Amino acid sequence: MTLPAQRWPALRLTGITKRFGAALANDGISLSVQPGEVVALLGENGAGKTTLMNILFGHYTADAGTIEVAGRALPPGQPRAALAAGVGMVHQHFTLAENLTVLDNLLLGTRPLWRPGAGRTAARARITALSRDFGLAVDPGARVAELSVGERQRVEILKALYRQARVLILDEPTAVLTPQEAEALFATLRRAVAQGLAVIFISHKLHEVMAIADRVVVLRHGRVAGEARIAMTDPARLAAMMVGAEVAAPAVAPAREGGVAMRLSGVSTAGFRPDLRALSLDLVAGRITGLAGVSGNGQGALAALVAGLARPAAGRIEIAGGAVADWSPRAAVGHGIARIPEDRHHDGTIGDFTLAENAVLERLRDRRFSRRGWIDRAAVRAHAEALIRGYDIRCPGPEARIRLLSGGNMQKLILGRVLEEDPAIILANQPVRGLDIGAVGFVQDRLLAARARGAAVLLISEDLEEVMALADVVHVISQGRLSPGFARGSMTAAGLGLWMAGQGFDDAA
Amino acid sequence: MRLEPIAAPTLARRLLPPVVALGCVAVFGGALAALAGADPLAIFGLIVTGAAGSKFAALETLNRATPLIFTGLAVAVAFRARLWNIGAEAQLYAGALMAVVLGSGALPWPGYALIPAMLAAAMAAGALMLIGPAVLKLRFGVDEVVTTLLLNFVMLLFVSMLLEGPLKDPMGMGWPRSPAILREARLPRIVTGLRLHWGFGLALIAAVAVWVIDRRTVAGFEMRAVGAGEAAARFAGIRVPRVVIATAALSGALAALAGLSEVAGLRGALTMDLSPGYGYTGIVVAMLAGLNPLGVVAAALFVAAISVGADSMSRAAGVPTYIADMLLAAALLAMVLALMLTRYRVRRA
Repeated sequence: MTLPAQRWPALRLTGITKRFGAALANDGISLSVQPGEVVALLGENGAGKTTLMNILFGHYTADAGTIEVAGRALPPGQPRAALAAGVGMVHQHFTLAENLTVLDNLLLGTRPLWRPGAGRTAARARITALSRDFGLAVDPGARVAELSVGERQRVEILKALYRQARVLILDEPTAVLTPQEAEALFATLRRAVAQGLAVIFISHKLHEVMAIADRVVVLRHGRVAGEARIAMTDPARLAAMMVGAEVAAPAVAPAREGGVAMRLSGVSTAGFRPDLRALSLDLVAGRITGLAGVSGNGQGALAALVAGLARPAAGRIEIAGGAVADWSPRAAVGHGIARIPEDRHHDGTIGDFTLAENAVLERLRDRRFSRRGWIDRAAVRAHAEALIRGYDIRCPGPEARIRLLSGGNMQKLILGRVLEEDPAIILANQPVRGLDIGAVGFVQDRLLAARARGAAVLLISEDLEEVMALADVVHVISQGRLSPGFARGSMTAAGLGLWMAGQGFDDAA
Repeated sequence: MRLEPIAAPTLARRLLPPVVALGCVAVFGGALAALAGADPLAIFGLIVTGAAGSKFAALETLNRATPLIFTGLAVAVAFRARLWNIGAEAQLYAGALMAVVLGSGALPWPGYALIPAMLAAAMAAGALMLIGPAVLKLRFGVDEVVTTLLLNFVMLLFVSMLLEGPLKDPMGMGWPRSPAILREARLPRIVTGLRLHWGFGLALIAAVAVWVIDRRTVAGFEMRAVGAGEAAARFAGIRVPRVVIATAALSGALAALAGLSEVAGLRGALTMDLSPGYGYTGIVVAMLAGLNPLGVVAAALFVAAISVGADSMSRAAGVPTYIADMLLAAALLAMVLALMLTRYRVRRA
């Protein structure tokens, strides 16, 4: 299958802008890909990659901007138009009917349902030819349920090719693959581009982007943060582009550090992807310890461990010099750990509960709020009113359901709930993600104030700029391993970027 | 089509759908009656007088509402914590069984000691019936919808076996029924001479108690928290498994009280037709009430009134009794739908 040579790009996005409420998810993004070219779309979670692809596929309508496929404008908001124009997408979560065969899945949606038998032999022959041409070995008669994840992905790619896609978009395709399967995928992609297909490869893994792409477009905070030919760049520079190299001048007073408030020594976890591998970390009083890293490198496991949600499979947790015996969320609260969870809607609050109820979620059993199992409603209400005043929570009142609050106000409540307890240890996991500028400043000021008071803070963030601005010591986490700590100002963004790309570790692959 | 929650429903939004629903049920019921050859307008008067037109009718409605309040509360308590208890029927029979076992002579105690003992035993039995499935759910992830539903049939067959065997009344002329419970074991009438027993009073007390637990205690808070946001509850340090077990115990105990009150307040003995599906109707009652404990009382009264009134109407108007059943079913479906529409808006996708 060879596509005719074309004067225009296979796909061109111009000035795509999309706003969700106050947040700009996409801000004037322009991007084009030529036939026979692999363009990597690189960016952190929340950088706007998914929104952009949803606009391309007509699931959302852009507020501004145009989409052209092979020089022809695509009507907005029509998923079928993108398919018909030859844009094929392989989603992270496959869209296959598991109880049907590979052949049926490929035919699904391409022909009328009331002529089930028609043309199956011809279709089968075409599929066999396609899988041979592109090195996508898969049995057309096999049921999808019996296939491995790698094979299912091949079926998805075949599906796009069968529908004569000119542009193939792969969303984090290697996230579910073994290294060997990923190699096979890359071989397939190379064959496909050799035959004139245009490929957009969405990823946040730098080494893959270096391996497969011709060109890379980096998204950050909904904007194109940079663009480069792969031959002219390197992983460190890409990492810096991705997470923001420009370091805001931190108006941070020197730390007055105390003793070790919490010590993880040689802890490993089980059941996370990836797990922590014999990780040791000291959280020191009066210090903000920053944890940088590309998302999905063990931050989740570490946060769960500190929050009490997970127990170490090996190693020890010590608080104020003593090993903890029974570790649970309740024990963590009891040891005075202030926990700001990454997902404030799912873990931090109960949407249908009132603000007052959410404010006492962790502490209702304290004598302040209940006696012998009876809730002191006046005390609960007074506590909520104090938090609303002290943390400037904009809300209709303590009896308002928390679901109705904006993300920033929800985060202020969580912040107030834990910081009012005068914690010795603070776990702040992505504390400003998704917040507007004002709320970001508020949250960061409160964390710095807690540090000045002598709290040991663990700040987990995928935003390198934020970590470098706030943290006194920065560690990088990669594949569940922890880098040495770098004191404030002793390391550049590019240097940290190398560690984030997985270089420098003793057992680096 | 998709549903969109309404943040702050207006008064019209709250009232209109139920009123329209009742209107639709009226039209449907009128058409049914006309098809059966009765005067479509007269039947509504007959339903109202049948449900509340006389002292006898009103008391009958209250008696019918009693087990529904208990099972409705049982379901509401469980569903609020996202414990899907479909087994109120089995828990009801467990309570009835305890009433008969203890009340028919095993404990020769005076009423003031015997009745509390029966209450405690019934509630314990009902609690155990649901704690089993709850433990299976927590330990092995077994779906409690399946286990509680199937336990209903297990329990019915078990009761049937007992009534044909060890619990069969020797004086029962061969019918599968238990011996009558002692006079001391019977729940007294609330007002002497009126056919309304203390089971109804107990049901009202239970409703208020559940409301108080729900709103005023740490235990109730934790049950609601587990139901409304399990991940956040766990993150906050609430011990989710314990809360689930406590919820199961409370729910099962409430359903068992339905069985106890039917036996000790109304029937005086256990038979296989003790419950015409009160355990299942309890689900409808709880849904109608929006899982609110006080709303359960109102919903149970509504269901009981329609059911008693429609029964009476079918006798008075000479239409087949299944028309009463159809009316009840239509009323329940329409009300559940209408109450959903008070909280959600239907949007085209």
